[in-house]
Amino acid sequence: MIKVEKLSKSFGKHEVLKNISTTIAEGEVVAVIGPSGSGKSTFLRCLNLLEKPNGGTITIKDTEITKPKTNTLKVRENIGMVFQHFHLFPHKTVLENIMYAPVNVKKESKQAAQEKAEDLLRKVGLFEKRNDYPNRLSGGQKQRVAIARALAMNPDIMLFDEPTSALDPEMVKEVLQVMKELVETGMTMVIVTHEMGFAKEVADRVLFMDQGMIVEDGNPKEFFMSPKSKRAQDFLEKIL
Amino acid sequence: MNLDFSATIPQIPFILEGLAITLKIVVVSAIIGLILGIVLSLCKISTFRPFIWIADFYTSVFRGTPLVLQLMIVYFGLPQLLGFQIDQFWAAVVALSLNSAAYVSEIIRAGINAIDKGQKEAAVALGVPYGKMMKDLLLPQAFKNISPAIVNELITLTKESAIVTVIGLGDVMRRAYQAGAATYNYLEPLIIAGLIYYVLVLILTFIGKAVERKLKSND
Repeated sequence: MIKVEKLSKSFGKHEVLKNISTTIAEGEVVAVIGPSGSGKSTFLRCLNLLEKPNGGTITIKDTEITKPKTNTLKVRENIGMVFQHFHLFPHKTVLENIMYAPVNVKKESKQAAQEKAEDLLRKVGLFEKRNDYPNRLSGGQKQRVAIARALAMNPDIMLFDEPTSALDPEMVKEVLQVMKELVETGMTMVIVTHEMGFAKEVADRVLFMDQGMIVEDGNPKEFFMSPKSKRAQDFLEKIL
Repeated sequence: MNLDFSATIPQIPFILEGLAITLKIVVVSAIIGLILGIVLSLCKISTFRPFIWIADFYTSVFRGTPLVLQLMIVYFGLPQLLGFQIDQFWAAVVALSLNSAAYVSEIIRAGINAIDKGQKEAAVALGVPYGKMMKDLLLPQAFKNISPAIVNELITLTKESAIVTVIGLGDVMRRAYQAGAATYNYLEPLIIAGLIYYVLVLILTFIGKAVERKLKSND
């Protein structure tokens, strides 16, 4: 589904990603963890070209998206993204937030888009809030709407950039629950997270990043039980 | 000498006729100025350098020279190049809207820049094309934040429209002056004109507050 080869990215002189290569299979759930500044968010943001890589290639479903002539908007239509700070459109209601892209980008009929949006809202447990503006929602509710908004485009891949890091502790669970349900549908997911318990439970694979490189890549149980690298050991020691 | 409105009262209808001209100039200039201001602001936030240079140069010229000079250049100066006379009304509209656009573009630019960067990222991550993103997602949010500044600009424009007097257009200002000239009593008609402008500004202020309240209602 996703093939990353020798991906590199610099901001000015600062090398954030150094020759990263990995492959993510269809339906795979990959947790990306690591200390802050390790490049994990940048890695995720390269996957839908929110950041333009300086080198290397990314191939999604046989299409090399890093080619200069790529239609980046078309690529992003099929990749849902959920941000740490939600980024709901504040001047649109919950329902309008979810319907906007299907109607305006995919040219779906308003009626079809609304039915799907309502369906998604039921799934994330927020149907009652459909006519509210985002400012009326709690953080956890906002993030669940943001997930529904991304899913409304019927993406093949979902990217999560620290989806629970900006939430009050009591709201983390409801968001993780929605994500777990998404895992069960077989969605291909890449999740940058600090929720180690969640990563251990639902991820098929853990990528541990440090200083712009993938230091470890493996099964979550093994990684959390017996990390091989010194850096991963230090990291886990600090946070667990 | 005391204030004596007895000679001025019959002149009030004559002065008020100028209100139609004042309003027409202000409304048309405000609309053109707003559209041009949006275009300029988009140039200023673009990544294509020549657009930025052109828009910045435009703003610096129109903010850096007197409005009355711009109006005189358009009405008295340009015909020299064009070879034909420009209608007074359109000369006024051209000068006022070009001038207003410079200010409006700065207001809108600031409004767009004040929006959280994440809004744009969320839009592009959904595959929303640039035009739609601006029209539906970013500009509405920008206008909400800048509506007081835009109303302020509209008020300025309303008052500054009085300078069209210098090209002989019969707006409120000029008619008040003419009314004064007819009776050699200037103060009374000028007070009437002042009241007309003041009421206009009060109405705009009121509308502005109502719009602001409406826009903020979902905050």
